[in-house]
Amino acid sequence: MFETLSIHTVVHVAVALVFPPLLLGVINRVKAHFGGRRGQPLLQAYFDLWKLAHKDSVFSETTTWVFRFGPVVAASTALIAAMIVPLGHASAPLSFAGDLILLAYLLGLGRFFTMSAALDTGSAFEGMGSAREATYACMAEPVMFLGLLVLARLTGMMSMSGLLGPELVTAWGVGASSLMLILISWFVVLLVENCRIPFDDPNTHLELTMIHEVMVLDHSGPAFGIILYGAAMKLFVFSALLVRLAFPVSTGIAALDWVVFLVAMVFVAGLIGVVESTIARLRLPAIPGLLVGAGVLSLFGLVMVMSQR
Amino acid sequence: MTGWTPIPLFKRPDVNAHELILVSGLAAAASGVPALVMGRRSNFGQQLCATLLVTANLIGMYAVWRWWTDGPIAPLTFASPFAGVNIGIALDGISAFFLLPVLLVTALGAIYGTQYWKQSGHPENGRRVSIFYGVMTGAMTLLVSAHDGIVFLASWETMAIAAMFLVATEDHIEQTRKAAWLFIAASHVSTLCAFGVFAILFSINGSWDFALLKQAGTPLALVLALLAFFGFGTKAGIMPMHVWLPSAHAQAPSHVSAVMSGVLIKMGIYGIVRVCTFFPDVPLSWGLFVLAMGSISAVLGVAFAVGQHDIKRLLAYHSIENIGIIVMGIGLALIGRSVHQPVWVLLGISGAMLHIWNHALFKSLLFLGAGSVIHGVGTRELDVMGGLSKPMPWTANCFLIGAVAICGLPPLNGFVSELFIYLGLFQTLKASEGSLAQWAALAAPALALVGALAVACFVKVYGIVFLGTARSAAAEHSHESGSMMIFPMLVLAGCCVAIGVVPWVAAPMLDRAAIAWAGPDVGAMSIATAAPLTAISIMAGVLAVLLLTGTSWLLMRGVRRAPSTGTWDCGYAAPTARMQYSSSSFAETLVKLFAWALQPTVHLPNVTGLFPKDAHFESHVDDTVLEKAVWPITRGVTWLFSKGRYFQNGSLQAYLMYILMVVVFLLLWR
Repeated sequence: MFETLSIHTVVHVAVALVFPPLLLGVINRVKAHFGGRRGQPLLQAYFDLWKLAHKDSVFSETTTWVFRFGPVVAASTALIAAMIVPLGHASAPLSFAGDLILLAYLLGLGRFFTMSAALDTGSAFEGMGSAREATYACMAEPVMFLGLLVLARLTGMMSMSGLLGPELVTAWGVGASSLMLILISWFVVLLVENCRIPFDDPNTHLELTMIHEVMVLDHSGPAFGIILYGAAMKLFVFSALLVRLAFPVSTGIAALDWVVFLVAMVFVAGLIGVVESTIARLRLPAIPGLLVGAGVLSLFGLVMVMSQR
Repeated sequence: MTGWTPIPLFKRPDVNAHELILVSGLAAAASGVPALVMGRRSNFGQQLCATLLVTANLIGMYAVWRWWTDGPIAPLTFASPFAGVNIGIALDGISAFFLLPVLLVTALGAIYGTQYWKQSGHPENGRRVSIFYGVMTGAMTLLVSAHDGIVFLASWETMAIAAMFLVATEDHIEQTRKAAWLFIAASHVSTLCAFGVFAILFSINGSWDFALLKQAGTPLALVLALLAFFGFGTKAGIMPMHVWLPSAHAQAPSHVSAVMSGVLIKMGIYGIVRVCTFFPDVPLSWGLFVLAMGSISAVLGVAFAVGQHDIKRLLAYHSIENIGIIVMGIGLALIGRSVHQPVWVLLGISGAMLHIWNHALFKSLLFLGAGSVIHGVGTRELDVMGGLSKPMPWTANCFLIGAVAICGLPPLNGFVSELFIYLGLFQTLKASEGSLAQWAALAAPALALVGALAVACFVKVYGIVFLGTARSAAAEHSHESGSMMIFPMLVLAGCCVAIGVVPWVAAPMLDRAAIAWAGPDVGAMSIATAAPLTAISIMAGVLAVLLLTGTSWLLMRGVRRAPSTGTWDCGYAAPTARMQYSSSSFAETLVKLFAWALQPTVHLPNVTGLFPKDAHFESHVDDTVLEKAVWPITRGVTWLFSKGRYFQNGSLQAYLMYILMVVVFLLLWR
């Protein structure tokens, strides 16, 4: 299951640990550019993490250990998820038949504790965020699995490294239309799971309309730093899924593969920035419609590959 | 077992597993008798009963151990009262697999009951609970050990009646009496079907023994299968036959609910699993039908659960969901049998079987936790609880383990069994082109939906009950339960963690069950090779290391010494407990999304004028099948039968006349 500790594993772990906050910087720069501003430095998220790590914290009297533990679970599960998804190289460090289900359920575990930590504060606003997160996840999860089914059907593999590995290149030749639909649906899933516009505005100043940001209102200091890092990691995981799905190519030169991957990741972050700059946030009651739409698209993709001879 | 010899610490008693299990069942059934000769307020009598029951169940566990080590032995048979018919007891891989949760959960429930339903606090019904609890336990033990239809039916009926009296424990409450009547009515529908099943078995095979049908392709065999699915499915609580389940689970004392939800409804599953072994091969349509029914049950069960405000009704709907997941596994295995794919069979039946264990563990844990909460707060209403993790930390942490486990999240046991089923469903994608079997894969997104809804529901329960601040004075002044109530929860929580972290310990039992169920259809494969069991352990280890690292870093950064202040409420200085999100507000959007099935009842306040005064808002989700189908139909049937009262006119002459007419008819007919 574990491949021998190779240079790829080391690079994989290093990239997964270091790269995620950069995506936030890229998104912010793109948004600033669209807004006619110069924007934060690209590395602002790293500075924030450093600052938070050295701050003191303050906690609400209402909270229990769940509130302090929640961020740790969210970040740890996202980190393991990043070890399951292949990055610049076709095989991830943690890979076995069925790891795709582990990936989805690990993120579920992280969500369970993030939402519980929010309810731990006893605040109406954080309860609101928690309820919304729970609701939208129910609609995003089946979309994710429909996509996995399409990939499993086309590649015949049962691990993330297999689904998004060399077999996918031939799969694009057979089922390009289905894979395009899955690509679109998974981009929608990325936006909702990471609470980006049009589902949630990470920069809003009105708590009533927030989802993720309102759940973490009460966190401070190092714990909040862990949350920020975990959120970046989750964005990294979903972006990596999209990148591997869209560019499963491997040139044969390892270094080149990694460069292509990282450039593509920056491109996805840029795309998110463009979406955030050009689309308005949806009204909350309109969100289920968009998610169900993504589900129907994926189902359509699945039916196409299943009826294919 | 192969090549394993026990260390001879003591001389092995000269009895075999079948005799031991008979002793265990009868002893458990009689364990309530001492209470009868003790006083109405005697706690000692109740403790004695519990001790006897635990002893009986330990004998039962030893019997399973002996069965495991001794290898196959002949069934234990007796001459029955009917001439020429022998009845008997026999264990196989399936029986032994079902026996363990029956024995464990009932024993823990009995221990819990000595403090939860203290005889001195319940003189009016405490002894009744002890007696019928024992009878129900013994009946379930013998039910899964039965070798033929007669022992099965006798145990089945005994179990149902004992359970009815347990549901009716608090029979001074009208809702409880209604729940008990509904339970016994549904039970008898399933008993009737069970009679049909074994009558057909006898008419085809000429024997009551559990064995392959001699002619499996006949319409009669199809009737047998349908009766089994609907009859046993009613007991198991498959939607839409689940109507009795929510109220019965809610009204029974919590340790009884734990046993009912944890193991009693599994007896229905046992019936379905057992009847499957009567058929040498099954058509593809059966598997697809069972898979579809399981998916419907799972999705709608959890959707109904999300809309509940009563903690025990909510847990009861989760039983319907989990039964659905188990049935999905059985459906997958049946599909595998019909298209001859051993891996599907193995993953499906192992997933279903392991989920039976898992659900028995985490659901009884959750019901015992709910009982502890009810004991402390005095109500089942979610919206008056809150902040209970401070006064009752043990209950809160055990409940959290149960909640994470039931959501199927790693690294706990629910994840392992759901993973098996997922793997099997993904395997169906490899079905040959154009085969209907490939559509089975569509159950995977349904299972994902179930998982996400379960997370939503259990974050709601755990958050509303244990986190935040107390919503009522009762919640504020609640107290932790005693050690006899905590201990069973700790054992169950420990089992949930153990199966989740080292699932391969269950693999030998699973393999035996799979071979007993499918025989040659699974070949010589083991679940340990078909599923990534070691990978689960490694992943759990990695997760533990990361969690420890993160937590210790936070601790080093001084989170324990950090100052505390009020919750930030966006500038509002005086937040109150009543402003917290409640269980209905948490679930509101989801209930609206599923309104087509849930049919929620909402009473909006009538707001008029500029400064409206007191307003009242209420919303609740009733059981749609019960309210919209079962009650109208039973009303119609009652009306129809009331027309027959014409013949029941109370006059003796008329009744004699009827008898004469029947006799004449029978004479002419021959």
